[in-house]
Amino acid sequence: MSAEWPLWEVFIRGQHGLAHRHVGSLHAPDAEVAIRNARDVYTRRNEGVSIWVVRSTDIVASAPGEKGPLFDPSNSKVYRHPTFYDIPDEVGRM
Amino acid sequence: MDKDLFEFTLRMGDNALILAQRNAAWCGHAPALEEDIAMANVGLDLLGQAKLWLTLAGEIEGRGRDADALAYFRDARAFRNCLLVEQPGDYAAALMRQFLFDAWHLPMLSELTTSSEPRVAEIAGKAVKEAEYHLDRSHDLIVRLGDGHAESHARMQAALDDLWRFVGELTTPDVVDEALRARAAAPDLASVKAEFDRVTDATLREATLAAPRDATMRKGGKTGYHSEEFGYALAEMQFLQRAYPGAAW
Repeated sequence: MSAEWPLWEVFIRGQHGLAHRHVGSLHAPDAEVAIRNARDVYTRRNEGVSIWVVRSTDIVASAPGEKGPLFDPSNSKVYRHPTFYDIPDEVGRM
Repeated sequence: MDKDLFEFTLRMGDNALILAQRNAAWCGHAPALEEDIAMANVGLDLLGQAKLWLTLAGEIEGRGRDADALAYFRDARAFRNCLLVEQPGDYAAALMRQFLFDAWHLPMLSELTTSSEPRVAEIAGKAVKEAEYHLDRSHDLIVRLGDGHAESHARMQAALDDLWRFVGELTTPDVVDEALRARAAAPDLASVKAEFDRVTDATLREATLAAPRDATMRKGGKTGYHSEEFGYALAEMQFLQRAYPGAAW
């Protein structure tokens, strides 16, 4: 049965103010059932306030083979990180 | 002891307990992983409700029996669940059993939220949200499978043909129901039946299924007369506590 159902990627927002996070995938015949199944499979322990589901085939991903050209250039540019000044203690955690 | 209220809370608790047990038996056997987890979730919701109802029943009885004692150390004749929830069957029957129960359970719990018994109203208030989701889910599955392809339709119709004769008991009042209605502790089952009829009529029509209206209605569960299958289900459920009384995690 599930072999005939398409795969969906599930994103859950844990609490207001946070972004949706990818939590896994599941099979479902359509979007409505995908949401229902996501509720049952991924929010059993009160994890979520919102669910997104996306057909896995609709996600366009970067190719693992292009990892070098895509990400290596930013590796040696430490000046892009805001680590060269002191934060006063009164500011607290940032 | 408030005998009527004791009987009533046993009925509510045993319905939830036995359906939870029936659903739990599908764990690892449902046709898809997602269905498997959903079925177990519904069962666990019901198990939680059973614990609340049976704890209350034990308090009303006042003989020191808690929910576990009532669940594991009563024999079949002392159980007050309706015949519907104890019926065995294939997955189509499991879904149809759930739907027919939900279609009764939701209006019943909704009415009970205004019970003159505050402890009853409190449990109903908690359980009604779960029942709403259960009906939403089972309604959807009945429509999809009933109005699906030829085989799914035939299997849902066969399940309905088999289970319909057990729904009469749910909405037919007896002396306990009447006594509780008189003191506004429990609803008039006629109004629960009206809502049950509305939901089942609409859902079955949408699902292209037809209830066998002329079936002879069975009853007995509410007063402790159960089907033969019930004994086997109870033996499986109670085995561990009977063999090792008081065993705990």
